[in-house]
Amino acid sequence: MADSLQGPAAAPAAVELRGLTKRFRHVVANAGVDLRVEPGTIHGVIGENGAGKSTAMKMLYGLYAPDEGQILVDGKVCSWRTPQDAIRAGIGMVHQHFMLAGPYTALDNILLGAEPSPSWAGFLPRSLRPVDRSAARARLQKLSEQYGLPVDLDAPIERLPVGIQQRIEILKLLYREARVLILDEPTAVLTPQEVIALFENLRKLKAEGKTIIIITHKLKEVMSFTEKVTVFRAGRVTGEVETAKTSPQELANLMVGRKVVLSVEVPPQPPLGPPVLELDSVALDRRHGKLDGVSLQVRAGEVVGIAGVEGNGQSELMQAILHPRDPGCRSSGKVRVLGQDVTANTTAEIKDLGVGLVPEDRHQEGLLLERPMTENFLLGLQRSPRFASGGFIRQDELEQACRNAIREYDVRPAAIDLELGRFSGGNQQKVVIAREFERKPRFLIAAQPTRGVDVGAIEFIHQRILRARTEGAGVLLVSSELDEVLALSDRILVFYDGRVAGEFKRGECTEREIGLLMGGGS
Amino acid sequence: MNAAETGAWALLIQLAASTLRVSTPLVLAALGGLASERSGVINIALEGMMLVGALAAAIVTHSTASPWLGVGAGMAAGALLALLYGLCVIRLRSDQIVAGTAINLLAAGIAPFVCKVLYGATGQTPSIGIENRFQSGPTWMAFALVLAVAAWLRWTPSGLWVRFAGEHPEALSTAGIRVNRVRWAGVVLSGVLSGLGGAALSIQLSSAFSRNMTAGRGFMALAALIFGKWRPVPTALACLLFGFADAIQIRLQGVVLWGSEPVPVQFIQILPYVVTVLVLAGLVGQARAPRALGQFFDRG
Repeated sequence: MADSLQGPAAAPAAVELRGLTKRFRHVVANAGVDLRVEPGTIHGVIGENGAGKSTAMKMLYGLYAPDEGQILVDGKVCSWRTPQDAIRAGIGMVHQHFMLAGPYTALDNILLGAEPSPSWAGFLPRSLRPVDRSAARARLQKLSEQYGLPVDLDAPIERLPVGIQQRIEILKLLYREARVLILDEPTAVLTPQEVIALFENLRKLKAEGKTIIIITHKLKEVMSFTEKVTVFRAGRVTGEVETAKTSPQELANLMVGRKVVLSVEVPPQPPLGPPVLELDSVALDRRHGKLDGVSLQVRAGEVVGIAGVEGNGQSELMQAILHPRDPGCRSSGKVRVLGQDVTANTTAEIKDLGVGLVPEDRHQEGLLLERPMTENFLLGLQRSPRFASGGFIRQDELEQACRNAIREYDVRPAAIDLELGRFSGGNQQKVVIAREFERKPRFLIAAQPTRGVDVGAIEFIHQRILRARTEGAGVLLVSSELDEVLALSDRILVFYDGRVAGEFKRGECTEREIGLLMGGGS
Repeated sequence: MNAAETGAWALLIQLAASTLRVSTPLVLAALGGLASERSGVINIALEGMMLVGALAAAIVTHSTASPWLGVGAGMAAGALLALLYGLCVIRLRSDQIVAGTAINLLAAGIAPFVCKVLYGATGQTPSIGIENRFQSGPTWMAFALVLAVAAWLRWTPSGLWVRFAGEHPEALSTAGIRVNRVRWAGVVLSGVLSGLGGAALSIQLSSAFSRNMTAGRGFMALAALIFGKWRPVPTALACLLFGFADAIQIRLQGVVLWGSEPVPVQFIQILPYVVTVLVLAGLVGQARAPRALGQFFDRG
């Protein structure tokens, strides 16, 4: 089978999309998408959120049916209705959020839906034939040797690290004899070391004749691991280029549709001022989360970045700073904000000291998506004399402030009455940032400030954070994007398992060193 | 062996036999609850399904003189009510607690109505002769089913599907199995087993259907399910614990425990319920429900 695919000129594309169009009510998610993936290659698919790359991939693996256009696999036109049809044709997907049930074993997770049964049980209906786990195990052992993907098949999924879970997802596809593997944002949850291991595995898969499609927004990975890249913007393909003949800059421009500044220009650091945040062995008991005697300091005029794989205490850290009174957020230790002991204060009191907050999950904690921009802008400022007098909201003042913010932060669309859920992620985040800067914060907490934000807006948000530092504010930056932490921070603290595993100054560390600490090494 | 010792042994054996008997409806209903909840559907309608099962079994056994037909009718009645429940919570996506409560109210209302229409009295069905009642059949069935359900969950594809439907329905769906179809099966099976439990109540443990004869056993079965952490064998053991409390309660009625007067029977009768509350409040500890329990699933 693999032989017939070889011979570069003669072979048809492993996968080809021709003029695929998909509409959801009035929104055109894909408008005539063409995509060609050569067999036995690693192909990158990049684009901003909402650019249509996920929609195209969902049509390819059978979750959506296209309104127009054709899907060809090995040169043959396919039309399918479900992911099962796609997997039968040899196309499988590793989802960003793994499709694995925590309490059950790796083996059961893999064989689910494709259970082998002993031959004597043929008289029973399929659903009642005993599951032949040893047959599945034997096949999987062979597969994991062939592709170099060792896993402990008997361990419950929840006890395995994310990198291994991903390996199990890949084995799941191999077990179903997939020849084309689509991976959706495969590196989002991995440490840098795990990323390297993943791509080594993908190269092995490629060498065994598999075709791999990677959906990502990380230009660096596309550049180092793919052979060709397809760029999506606004539901269309804006470029299909050979990786060797392009540059991150060109790809970014294709993604955004204008010239983007990729590297962050860091202005010189202002003189350090007094501490804006002091934590003294802050801890949280295991029942509520994990924080183990965290002591750290952020001073005015510096950006302190928290690096770490998500779920290692970063969220708990934010909660402990913002809700120190709550025993569910902090069980011991001191919190001082802007020189004041706030251990007994409410969140509103803490914020009123001069704290700006970009929360890690803006939908949960930062915004009311079904309310207009004006009301969202008012959140947390509703008692400030500027916007409230005598128990009433000063509507004119508020609308004026919103219009100013729209201009200054380039929020689109410029509609202050539009409900916020209709704005893109990047523009929602700009509203959060505009609001928090309205407080003129002396201490800024920015958690995942560019998550789900398009490349163009990332550039803007980074500049705005650095401007706060230039103006003498202290910034605590929490991000799971290591590149972001490295680019913006004057000091970097690495979090692992609820404690500070290491500290570095700007330029004094390599990504490798940090990656090791992120994974629990030393 | 002297006479007192023989008496003590006899008492113990009697108590054990009685425990097994009164546990039977609980075990069956709890297995039903397990089938539904492991697939991701909360089922507080066990009570109602038991009640219609008990009613149908009593009516059919009385009119055909065949307890086997009665058991079949009980299971069918439970299944029918389960279909209605499934329609509400799987197809129409109503809240599972609210719909379950409605089903229980419906069953509590249907039973006296049917009795009135058939027999002219709302209270109960005519009594069934001892020769047409089960002595131990349902009890054997119940404990055989515990092992069967355990084996089913562990060793068959459909058991695997049920477990994944309750734990990670998206994973099941991407593996090519229709989640809601699996949940339908779980809910209907829970109706069949609860109906069987109800039948045990009316044609094994007593001689007729009487008003509200389940008396909260559906909820007790649910408590046993939680206490047993949604696993068949521990759940059955929890049922035996509640059954034991019930057996003791029956045994202690009218017995003079201290002083000269027996404890009022009402206080004795609350014993199984007190045990249930204590178990749920104190002993359950870290019971982990199926992760997707109570959540709808889109795209089957």
